[in-house]
Amino acid sequence: MVDAPANLPNYRYVSRKRRTKEDRRFVSGRGKFVADVEVPGMKHVAILPSPHARANIISIDTSAALALPGVHYVLTGDELGEATSSLFHGLDLPNVIWHPLAVGMTRYAGEWVAAVVADSRYIAEDAAELIEVEYESLPAAVDSEKMIDEDQPLVHPAHGTNVLFRKTWEWGPVADDFASMPNTVSYRARWGRSSTVPIETFGVVAKWDDVNEIMDVWASIQMPQYQDQIAAALRIPMNQVRVHNDVDVGGSYGVKRGIKHTVLVTYLTKKLGFPVRFIEDRLDNMSGGDAHGPDRIFDITMAFDDEGVIKSMKIRALDDVGAYPGRAPLQLGKPMTALCGPYRINSIEYEAISVTSNKTGQVPVRGFGQSPTNFAIETGLERVAKHLGLDRIEVRARNLVRKDEFPWKIPPGSIYDSGDFHAVLDGIIKTSNWDDLVARRDALRAKGRLAGVGIATCLEPGGGNNIFEFLFNPKLEITTFVESVLMKVEPTGAITAVMCTTTSGQGHETLVSTIAGEELERDPDTIRVLHGDSLEALPTRSPVASRMAIVLGTATSKAARDIKSKMITIAAHDLGVEKDQIEYADGEFTVRGNPASKLTWAEICHIAHKQFHRMPPGHELGLQAYAVQQVPGAGGLPDENNEVPLYPCFSFQAHVPLVEIDPDTGKVKVHDYFIGHDCGTAINPDIVRGMIIGGVAHGIGAALYEKFEYDADGQLLAGTFVDYLLPSAHEIPPVVDSEHCTPSPLTSLGQKGSGEGGYLGAPAAIASAVNDALAPFDIEINELPIRARDIEAALYEKTR
Amino acid sequence: MKQVEVTLNVNGKDTTLTIPPRMTLVDCLRDELRLTGTHVGCEHGICGACSVFLDDEPIRSCLMFAVQAAGHRITTVEGLLNEDGSLSDLQDSFWECHAMQCGYCTPGMLVASESLLAENPDPSEDDIREAISGNLCRCTGYQQIVEAVQMTAKRRREGAANG
Amino acid sequence: MKAAAFDYVRASSVDEICRLLADAGDEERKIIAGGQTLVPLMAMRMARPDMLIDINDVAELAGINDHGDHVSFGAGTRQRAIERSDIVSDRLPLVAKAVRNVGHQQTRNRGTIGGSIVHGDPSAELPMAALALEATMILRAVSGETEMPIDGFFEAAMVTNIEPEQLLTEIRIPVWQDARIGTGFHETSSRQGDFAIVAAAAQVALAEDGKVTRAAISVGGAAPSPVKLHGLEAALIGKSADGFQDIIALVDEEIDAETDVHATAEYRRRVTRKLVSRAIDDAIAEAGK
Ligand code: FES
Ligand code: FES
Repeated sequence: MVDAPANLPNYRYVSRKRRTKEDRRFVSGRGKFVADVEVPGMKHVAILPSPHARANIISIDTSAALALPGVHYVLTGDELGEATSSLFHGLDLPNVIWHPLAVGMTRYAGEWVAAVVADSRYIAEDAAELIEVEYESLPAAVDSEKMIDEDQPLVHPAHGTNVLFRKTWEWGPVADDFASMPNTVSYRARWGRSSTVPIETFGVVAKWDDVNEIMDVWASIQMPQYQDQIAAALRIPMNQVRVHNDVDVGGSYGVKRGIKHTVLVTYLTKKLGFPVRFIEDRLDNMSGGDAHGPDRIFDITMAFDDEGVIKSMKIRALDDVGAYPGRAPLQLGKPMTALCGPYRINSIEYEAISVTSNKTGQVPVRGFGQSPTNFAIETGLERVAKHLGLDRIEVRARNLVRKDEFPWKIPPGSIYDSGDFHAVLDGIIKTSNWDDLVARRDALRAKGRLAGVGIATCLEPGGGNNIFEFLFNPKLEITTFVESVLMKVEPTGAITAVMCTTTSGQGHETLVSTIAGEELERDPDTIRVLHGDSLEALPTRSPVASRMAIVLGTATSKAARDIKSKMITIAAHDLGVEKDQIEYADGEFTVRGNPASKLTWAEICHIAHKQFHRMPPGHELGLQAYAVQQVPGAGGLPDENNEVPLYPCFSFQAHVPLVEIDPDTGKVKVHDYFIGHDCGTAINPDIVRGMIIGGVAHGIGAALYEKFEYDADGQLLAGTFVDYLLPSAHEIPPVVDSEHCTPSPLTSLGQKGSGEGGYLGAPAAIASAVNDALAPFDIEINELPIRARDIEAALYEKTR
Repeated sequence: MKQVEVTLNVNGKDTTLTIPPRMTLVDCLRDELRLTGTHVGCEHGICGACSVFLDDEPIRSCLMFAVQAAGHRITTVEGLLNEDGSLSDLQDSFWECHAMQCGYCTPGMLVASESLLAENPDPSEDDIREAISGNLCRCTGYQQIVEAVQMTAKRRREGAANG
Repeated sequence: MKAAAFDYVRASSVDEICRLLADAGDEERKIIAGGQTLVPLMAMRMARPDMLIDINDVAELAGINDHGDHVSFGAGTRQRAIERSDIVSDRLPLVAKAVRNVGHQQTRNRGTIGGSIVHGDPSAELPMAALALEATMILRAVSGETEMPIDGFFEAAMVTNIEPEQLLTEIRIPVWQDARIGTGFHETSSRQGDFAIVAAAAQVALAEDGKVTRAAISVGGAAPSPVKLHGLEAALIGKSADGFQDIIALVDEEIDAETDVHATAEYRRRVTRKLVSRAIDDAIAEAGK
């Protein structure tokens, strides 16, 4: 359970245990997910995937499929590629063309080759089987390490190489720092291809209305600039695209970005004149949904003194984004935001290499590349401790930024806003009874089991100021990362707030209503929060990057404060006093020192909407406020040293698991999990706690179970839930969390982000625990996921 | 296409439908009866999102064809509500404990948990984890779900003791 | 993931089922009981029967009965019923241990013992236990009833020796009458409730002096089919709790392990030895109590 932070201001609603706004519809079975959207007359799409990792398409014969009763259309890549523009890439890659259906060549096993539209999904699948495609199978490029120096088949021949991006940055005096340090460690850490894999697949329903020239889109989407990209691909103006944001998204954690699905479906509805729906099935999703995550090899060297204080590090990160890069290569950029984690490292060299391969495409995943990087850094802390024979916790403590050093600037330019890392670390050592855990570990070892205690810390950047993108592609000169809220008070006094993004479990309705309620001293349960559609839109960069509490939350405060100020102006005028003489409390506007002279909330709403004669002259009628909030601290481009402040707010976590390993089978059981976290002011503690524990579960999956495994020919071996293993309630242990609160000075109520930290820290913590368990055998495994067979094989090698 | 007529009893109500034999029970519930509370996550029997009661036992409705359900009572998440439409104690505890985030796995979790509580009024944490282990949740890490089931069990036991 | 079209018949008797199977002609007609293996295969269109014969309404195909020297299971008996059966826990403790490792409540509520055997999944737990104990299967066709020993029934992964016109109606699992019996079941899977990567089942009878007089051992997951370890069983006779480690290596000769996405062949071989050894340990210890 959550320990309430001691230093909590006297909030009424914020940080209090309160039921969420969203859950009621979910427990009633009344959520509205994309597959629940029924548009009269809609037809259904099924996909024909490529069986080959790399092949030329010689011919496609759709006649038998078209002849099947109930089939309306069969679309192939040639037509779609002609009629729509290439999809968006984060990098500037003019010769890497990306269409929803393969054009001329297939680039991974599972890539979509044709799409059938039929009366039902059943018939559409029947027809897809009847499409005859002649392929010329070609050798595939699969091994990311070979892409740089060796001759490999080209994934995009027109691009001329499988390297999409390669650049090295140096921040601070790396060479000098290395020269000045007596010790170095070099190591490799490897992050396997996994992803967030929500239980709901991606889906989209679209309806083109040619009379009104409007494209209605309902989708399970979590993506910035979705409507912009639809309009661009279809070559229509953006105000012809209306994305409905009131669709509940069944989990996303970054990956629900079905732009290719959407372009396919919107094209079809426009062409065919009836609504079209495509809901991925699990096979479509796993092999062809372009929703894989980072697949990374890190080679790192750290330079440190005899006390274990790290001065500098060199990182080389090689990431395999699969066949179509999209925004994925930028996941090598986000980690710059906290490239040295929570540690006081003076200088960093960072080489980022992004390669393409004949595998399913990668998308942004929870943390946008930060979790693999954090795992790699924490692996280094473990190495430093081992090298010097020092305690793992002590080494971390010696390197953490200290409480009195904030704001703290790191070499790439981010400014850590606030924190008390040592207090959180000490706190979790106490909460977890570290010594007791160690004693339990030793007792297990005495019984012939392998056991280990792990430790990892992590920093969760929140807010989403992505100016690092400019370092990857100067054409992305984007320096605004806004959220906005429109708040209205009805004539009767009821409050409505409108935001313009979807929600995928983060509880934005609760967030907005709680903050608005706090600011205005109104019961949040009475405040309605709407998800406006994209044409009613207010600017948004969508709920990525642990940013909604920070940016949408601050926008909400701003709108509410604006409303309050307007109401005070009306009250002052009506009561014949100056504004500063009005005090507001509990729905009443009272003249200071004269309790009898007051107006109620309802009276002011009535005046504002109905009584022009009582309004201050020149004051706008009605009561509404529109707040557009830029990310605090953002707005500039990198300087000549490539330094730039990135995300504004930094949450901190420390993770401590106890694991046991069966020495015969290598199977890991996570017994206990403790996590200390500081994400500033928690708006709704249950939501924060759920995100953190859920993030831990997700991290345990990445650490021990989940991998999109490929064979040497580029065939995906884990394309179903039988082979790609999401952890169940048995694999996730009870998690004990303890909360610390260092408010952020940059946000309205001190809130920070909390959606990613569990996932950013858990993989490193589990690896630490497993390696602690294997330490007596002098085994260290730095490649995730660490599966039973890997452990058993390593033990076998050592002990035979 | 091959079609058959079937009468299904869902949430206490009989409906006669003409459907192809290959239509799964979950597709039938969602698309024909428009009971969209039951979800689809994998269609191959792993995720549990499609869990419903067949008579009094939870099953995966993606692993059964709708025609097979004729003659049985089916209960979906919509049928777990009290008769007056209010939330059942279990649903209420899920809300109280915030036993979800995106809500997608929730209907299946409710079915799995309700089945456990019907059989075992005082389940241990391990019992609860076992009961929901065939239902994958990607959001919560399961803990608040376990807590919601514990809360319901406690409330029921107290209710029984007092009533 | 939608099944290809098929005709559906809900059968009401064993005779009707046999007739439908006999009349198949060129059609592929398949029995559906719990559907827990068949329906996913159909959804992926790896199975595409022309007709499904639903046997769930045929009462004579379900039920667990104690016949003294054996317990009979109607082929349509649910895994859940086996899990809850007192007959099974009293008379077939090895089966009781095995069923605890099967799937999840939703799948056990539908999945049947017959389906599990007929599909021949290499790592399913109930077929393994039935194989260890030398179950007899009763197969019916229009031409009559055949008894078939389970040993030899499993042909390859997901392939068994049942003829298209045959229906598995009953499984008879012998009950040992020896005075001192013990059982052991060990399994490792990626996640709890998943099919086994390797599982081992053992049942032994001991003499007064603690020496093994009779042994039944099988493994699942290790090879493309469940395997009964005849060689090890024979070698175990006369051994006692601390005297069998030197013969465990015999396991290697009896299994033909393969590599897949879940485990390597080497892993399977090594872990099989370990789990077989644990299962025997448990069985001897239990029998000695
Ligand atoms: S949809 Fe039925 S188990 Fe996943
Ligand atoms: S609440 Fe989202 S999958 Fe469980």
